Parts: sequence; structure tokens; C-alpha cells
Amino acid sequence: MSDPDPTPTEPTPVPDPEAYELTINGRTRSVPSAWLGESLLYVLRERLGLPGAKNACEQGECGSCSLFLDGVLVNSCCVLAADATDARIDTVEGLADGDQLTDVQQAFLDAGAVQCGFCIPGLITTVHDLLDRTPTPDQLEVREAISGNLCRCTGYGRILQAVEDVRARREAAG
Amino acid sequence: MSRTSTTTRDRVRDGLGQDADRPDGTPKVTGAFAFSSDLHARGMLWGRTLRSPHPAARIVSIDTSAAEAMAGVTTVVTAADVPGKATYGLEHADQPVFASEVVRYQGEPIAAVAAEHPELAVRAIEAIEVTYEVLEPVTDPERAMEAEPIHPDGNVFRHLPLRHGDIEATGEVVVEGTYEVGMQDQAFMGPESGLAIPADDGGVELYMSTQWLHVDRDQVAACLALPPDQVRMTLAGVGGAFGAREDVSLQVHVCLLALRTGRPVKMLYSREESFFGHVHRHPARMWFRHHADRDGHLVKVEARLVLDGGAYASTSSAVIANAVCFAGGPYRVANAHIHGYAVRTNNPPCGAMRGFGVVQSCYGHESQMDKLADALGMDPVELRLKNALKPGDELITGQIITGTAPVREVIEAAVAHPLPPEPSDDDPAIALPGGAGLTAERSDVHRGVGFGVGIKNLMFSEGFDDYSTAGVLLELDGHGQPIATVHCASAEVGQGFVTLAQQITRERLEVEQVMLRPADTAIGSAGSTSASRQTWMSGGAVELACDAVREALFERAVAHGHLALDDAEHPLFDLRDGQVVEVGGSGSIPLVDLLEEGPIERTEVHRHAPTDPLDQDGQGNAHVSFAFAAHRAVVDVDPDLGVVRVVQVATGQDVGRALNPRAVVGQIEGGIAQGVGLAVMEEIVLDDGRVRNPSFTDYLIPTALDMPEVLATVIEQPEPGAPFGAKGVGEPPTISSTPAVTAAVRAATGLELPRVPIHPEDIALASAHDG
Ligand code: FES
Ligand code: FES
Repeated sequence: MSDPDPTPTEPTPVPDPEAYELTINGRTRSVPSAWLGESLLYVLRERLGLPGAKNACEQGECGSCSLFLDGVLVNSCCVLAADATDARIDTVEGLADGDQLTDVQQAFLDAGAVQCGFCIPGLITTVHDLLDRTPTPDQLEVREAISGNLCRCTGYGRILQAVEDVRARREAAG
Repeated sequence: MSRTSTTTRDRVRDGLGQDADRPDGTPKVTGAFAFSSDLHARGMLWGRTLRSPHPAARIVSIDTSAAEAMAGVTTVVTAADVPGKATYGLEHADQPVFASEVVRYQGEPIAAVAAEHPELAVRAIEAIEVTYEVLEPVTDPERAMEAEPIHPDGNVFRHLPLRHGDIEATGEVVVEGTYEVGMQDQAFMGPESGLAIPADDGGVELYMSTQWLHVDRDQVAACLALPPDQVRMTLAGVGGAFGAREDVSLQVHVCLLALRTGRPVKMLYSREESFFGHVHRHPARMWFRHHADRDGHLVKVEARLVLDGGAYASTSSAVIANAVCFAGGPYRVANAHIHGYAVRTNNPPCGAMRGFGVVQSCYGHESQMDKLADALGMDPVELRLKNALKPGDELITGQIITGTAPVREVIEAAVAHPLPPEPSDDDPAIALPGGAGLTAERSDVHRGVGFGVGIKNLMFSEGFDDYSTAGVLLELDGHGQPIATVHCASAEVGQGFVTLAQQITRERLEVEQVMLRPADTAIGSAGSTSASRQTWMSGGAVELACDAVREALFERAVAHGHLALDDAEHPLFDLRDGQVVEVGGSGSIPLVDLLEEGPIERTEVHRHAPTDPLDQDGQGNAHVSFAFAAHRAVVDVDPDLGVVRVVQVATGQDVGRALNPRAVVGQIEGGIAQGVGLAVMEEIVLDDGRVRNPSFTDYLIPTALDMPEVLATVIEQPEPGAPFGAKGVGEPPTISSTPAVTAAVRAATGLELPRVPIHPEDIALASAHDG
């Protein structure tokens, strides 16, 4: 767009208006007059201007919408936003520290793991989750951990390389 | 044009031949990159499409009144509201914007709505009442050729005969086979989406993920009865394409809704709708007969290829041409007799997908080569090497290969890779066929190795006026440093053209800073991001524009008396270390000084060498250039359960020259994933024209656990006539990987398996029968 406008969808005549609050990347955000049937993914993307989590299937099959709910990796398309009011929500947008990318993000770039990029936010969050829980996974553990994240472009080769690079670097750093 | 030779100079950071970083890489890893589905405009409405539940029906009536009366529903449009041309299509405009009288496939659009909320749009769609008179669908392409036309244009999109050499010739060894390919989906991750904003001049701005902005624009403009310059398109972030975005999907609908409502409208297909909203890979039924002499030299190839094009033409006529032209494979074949048919049915429309017609015939000819090797008692790799095309050889279209053809080299490179270790009792259970399901018994697992080689034409063929346009602006930035800005409508779909455009510009203009303007219709067409063509076509256009800027710089240098024109010889200037220098002389002037008098901007059009149409015998110089790849696949199979694990795929690929080696590897691995998918997983299952599995729950694409280890060698033989010597690399990995995996499964099971994808029951039931 000539004038990209991240403002959320305006309050709309919807079946069941009710305002609520969500805590996202450490900030409290108000969701005004939303329909309670909206998924967390939809509310983030369309109401709160946080489109980092992606919507490749909205059926819990692809992992492109992955984010953390109280530190647990979830498919946000399968979570009702109004159910997440008491949870801590951490999205891909909250990972980098200003311009400072995380080691996982940087490794994806260095390894050439990014093509169209649609799967990438989900994979970045999933790989952070994996390496936080299992710092030294073997190849098959990595493959299994990311097997819920579909990527149609890369064949996963460079993604696996990126994970291996982070694992090795973290290990070397102790 | 160019007065200096093109060589890679390592002193240009992130120039050609280097692993340059993507300019869109950082926003793609932080989540900041704007895909088409991420767009938003103030006051925006949500559009949605009503689609036919029937593959064939007459529309008796459409009642939109209930939907129109719903609160929050702004408009409902049907065929009656299309102000311009009622139909669109890439090659033949035979597809209605909305069906009005007849429905020809399940999922055909009937109406569209715009509403304040996506859920309201869904409910509005459900409130539209359509009365259908359901018809018996024509779903068998063989029957369709004889049946009553289901469209005024008839049921045969194209019949292409090919006769080469002596069609009566026979060989001492003859093998025959019939093969089938199921319907594959491109299954890109980013669903179809676009945002249309009505403009003050009565036109519309469309932000859209697509492969070819200009043909979208022309089709939208015709259907909306607008002059093309009132439909202004800008590429929005594309979440993969693979051919599925070459045809119009929601473009006309969303613009129509925006113009009707006077408000911005966003459309976004759900995954289910995406399966109905774009064309698929043509299913094929193919008969082949190969003749060879006792030594294994191919004598003749006969084939009858029938591709199911579904309800509308899309690119069917070009797809069947590819299937026919390359039915002989990457081999010397003196004689050939082939008939290809692309047929209309009431199945979902089929069109472009990576490999474009060659995927189907490669699966056929490579299956035949294995059969022939078996009949000759010859090693399948040796048979292929014996017949491998080389430069100067003739294709079955009569065209002589004037460029590079390293067929032998790609085969040798593929087989030179080490084989994986034999399966052992120490392997974790998850590494067995069946994977995370943990179903196979280690003792039941059989290993097989298979092989496949493919040829692919690059760029558009058959006399198509194929071109790309690029503009380059060179100026000083606010700090007095040179900065180049590239403008090209080439669609970046993930493949990395944006990186390449920067690399070329850095290389040719020796500037560090290269910016990219958004791809849009404010500049001329770049053609489609398909047919492995953008590196050659738009890469070439960027090179030409850079060279025109260089020329202008040199002229400036001469005009200012900084450099002298030598009357005797055409002056040779070059750009080096930020200076315009005289080659072999001593004169020089800093680039920055020359730019002080103002920016230089040049726009150039690049065409590849012209091609000819095919004649009535399928003969002619119809293609520009060819790329080759070979694949060796290793699989483990549990024949009782029918489950397959692809363990390794090794490949050699002809790339001309790897302009960004890391990106080339990404294309090879990603292409192989789609070839593996077609071999053992991916199929749109049809039941009397109805799609049974329109979701990622039921349409399976390879996950990280399904993907084998990939070992790749690129063969670099610069292609004459290609910008920088580079061939497109996107399609070859998808083409011969499928027959390689299939051959490996055949080797592991001893079964014939004449159809892809191979489903578990194809193995398990046949094994049970045999056993
Ligand atoms: S969008 Fe949530 S799993 Fe696919
Ligand atoms: S990079 Fe395109 S889907 Fe993964």
C-alpha cells in the first residue's frame, strides 16, 4: 500500500460485542467490541496490527501461526482470543531486541533458510521452543520438532542447517 | 550494448556468484514482512466468494435478496454485475468471472459479497439461494473427447501430433507401458489474498500476491470495462506460487466489490477455498512404446499423452506442448511419433505447476527407460548415459541444441554421491518407514535405489513474444554516495529475484547501495515468474538497464572532456573502484563527480532469442534453452504396510552458472521436496469431479520428517546467450526426482507401480496379492 496502515479493524457491527484485554509481548492491549468467536490469530492480525503469526491453514495443520501462550508453543488459529485473556502471549514480533536479531533469526538468514518466508515466523518460534527445551537435539529430534511446521519452498534443508548452526554455536558458547 | 566483458569480481561485495543476503530476509524472520494477507486499509470490507457445490449443473435461479438484507453486508455481486467482458483466461478467455447459466466444476464462483466482518461475509454467502439442475459430470478425459461439448469452445483444448524421422521405424527391443499421474496441488503456504482500493479517477488499486502483474491487470481491466491504466497493481508479499498464481483467482472479484462499494475490500481465501481457487497440475494418462537396438541405442519413441485440463483452458495448450516436445526425455531419439491431447472435463481446472507438462512425460519416459534397461539386461544408468543428449544433438522436435547440454555430467554427478548407510538395528524407530507413526517392523524393511533424468525448456516457447522490462536509476544519496534504484515488475515469490537484481546492479554499476522499488504496473511487464525464466529474462533486463546507465555515464565523462574519444577505435571504458576509467589508458573520473550534475535513469526491455511455432508435425525451433538434472533416490519400504521412507536423494543439476549458490541449493532442495511429494504423498483425490481432500489434514505435503537427505552437485557450464551464463534452476529438481523415487520403490518391492503418487494400498494390496 502507498500508505501502509497498521491500525486495527474498526469497531464493527458484530454478533456479540464485548471488550477484553490481552497481554502481548509484555504489553496490555485492549480488544474493543470484538466478536467472541474470533481466534487469537485473527485478533492479533486484524485487530491489533500484529500480523507476524501467519494464517496458512487456520485448521491447526501447518504451524504458521505458532506463538507462545504462557511459554507453551501453540497454534494460535486454534485458540479463541477471548480465552487467552489471562495468559502471557509472546509472538514472533517480540523475539528480536530492537534491531538485534535472535541467534535463531540470524542463523535462518545465514543458512539461506528463507524463501517466500510465509512459514518462517512459525518456524522461528518453534525452533526457539525446541532449543530452549532440548539444547542439543539430534537430527531426528529436530526434524520431529519442526514436523508440525509446513514449508513448501525450502524442502527444510537450509532450515535444518540453521538449527544445527545455532545448536553448535550455543554449545560452543557453553 | 555492453562494451566490457562480464566477469565476477570478488571485490564487489555481494556481487554475482556470491551468497548475497536477501533484502527481504530480516523482515521475514522478524514477522515484519507484509504478505498480501497482512494488508489492511481503513474502512476496509471483507469479500468472499460463493462457489458451486456441484461439478456440473445448470443454474436455474440465484436469489441474493436475503444476503443483501443482512446487517453488515454491503453488496452482493453476480455475473449480471460484471460491467465488461464476462470471461477471462490466460491463453483463451473461456472462464466466466461468475457462472450464470452453467457450472462446469465444483468450486466455480457464482457470486461474491462484501461485508464488515469476515464471519458476516461467510454468513452472507450461506444466505444466497441458488437453485441448480444438477447434471452428470464428464470426468473421464477419454470420454470427454467424444462427449457432447461442455463448453461452446469444445472439449479438446489442443491435439498436438509430433512426427519425427521415420515413424515406421522399429527396434529389436520394444517395451511398452501405460502410466498415470494424479492431480497435484501447488499448496503454497500463503493463501490467495488481495486488497483493492477504489481510486478517485474511477479506477482501482490492487495489492495482490501474483506471478504476473500485467496479465492480471489486463484481465481485470477487460472484465471491469476500464482502460488498463486505471487498474494499477502492486505486488504484495507472495507466500509461494509454483504456478498456482499465474491465473486470475480473486483479482476481478475483489476489484469489482471495491468499485461497487466505494470502499477498500480485502479478500483472503481459506485453505479449503484455496484448493478450489487455483489451477492444479494436470493429471495424465500416458501410453509409451520405446524401441531400441540390442546395444541399447534408442530407435523410436511412440506415445499417446492425455492430460485432463479440467473445466477451463488456463495454460493447457502450452502444458501439452511441453509434455509432447519432451516425451523423448534428455536422449537422442532419431524417430518419434507422439500424440498429445489436453482435454476439457468437469474436473477442477488445471494449469501451471512447477515443471509444466514435463513432470508428467518425464515420469513416463523414465519409467520406460528402466523397463528398457531391464529388457536389455543393462544397467539403467549405463542405458541413460549411452543415449544422453549432448550439444549439437537434435531433439524430437527437430531443434538442434545449440547451447550447453551436460546430460552425461549431471548423471555422473548424481551417482558419484555416496549412498546412505544400510539400514541397521540401531536406527531409531522414527527413522523407519511410517515415521512418527512407528508402524514398520525393522526386519520387514526393503531398500531400493532408483534413477531419473529430466530435460526442461526454459522460458516461454512456440513463438511467444517473451520479454521483461527493468529500470535503473543511479544518483547520489543525501551523503553524496552513489545509490542505485531498480524498478522491475518481476514477481518475487520466494525464489530470490530481489537478491539477484541487487547482485547484478552491484556488479554492473559497482555501487554498494541498491534499492528496489515495489514491483508494480507503473513500469512495463516483466512477464511471469514461471518457466524458470526470471533470472534470464528480468536478470537480463536489469543488466541491460545497468549497461545503459553505464553508457550514459561514459558519455557524460566524454562530454565533459574528462575522457577522450579515440577516433580510431571505439573507446573502452569501465567502472572500477568508483571511477570511470579508460581501459588500457590512464584517464579516470570518480563516479560521484559525474553524478553531481544529476541522476541517470534508463529503462530497457530484454527479449530472449525468438522461437518458432511448432508445425503440423510438432517440428520447429520452438524453445530457447534447456536445463537438465539427474536424481538418484534411495528408499526404505515396508511392503506389508505399504509405507515408504525416502532416505536420500542425490542430484546433479545443470545451472549454467550459479549466480547465488546458496539460493540455488534452496531451489534444488525445495524442488526435490515437491517431486518427492508427487511420488509418494500428494494427490487431490477426485470423486466424480468432487475434491475429497481440500485441507492439509487430507492433502499431505512433505514435512521435515518426510524429507530425505539431499546431496546436490551443480554443474556450471555457462550457457551462451544467457545473461551471465545462468540457466533457471527452479523446475528441473521437481521433474526427475519423481521418477527416481518411484523407481526406487519399484526396486524395493518388485512391483510395477504405474501410477503416482504411490499410495500405501498400491504397495500393500499388490504385495499381499503377490505373496
Ligand atoms: S494457521 Fe494455525 S496451524 Fe495453520
Ligand atoms: S519459505 Fe515459503 S513456505 Fe517456507
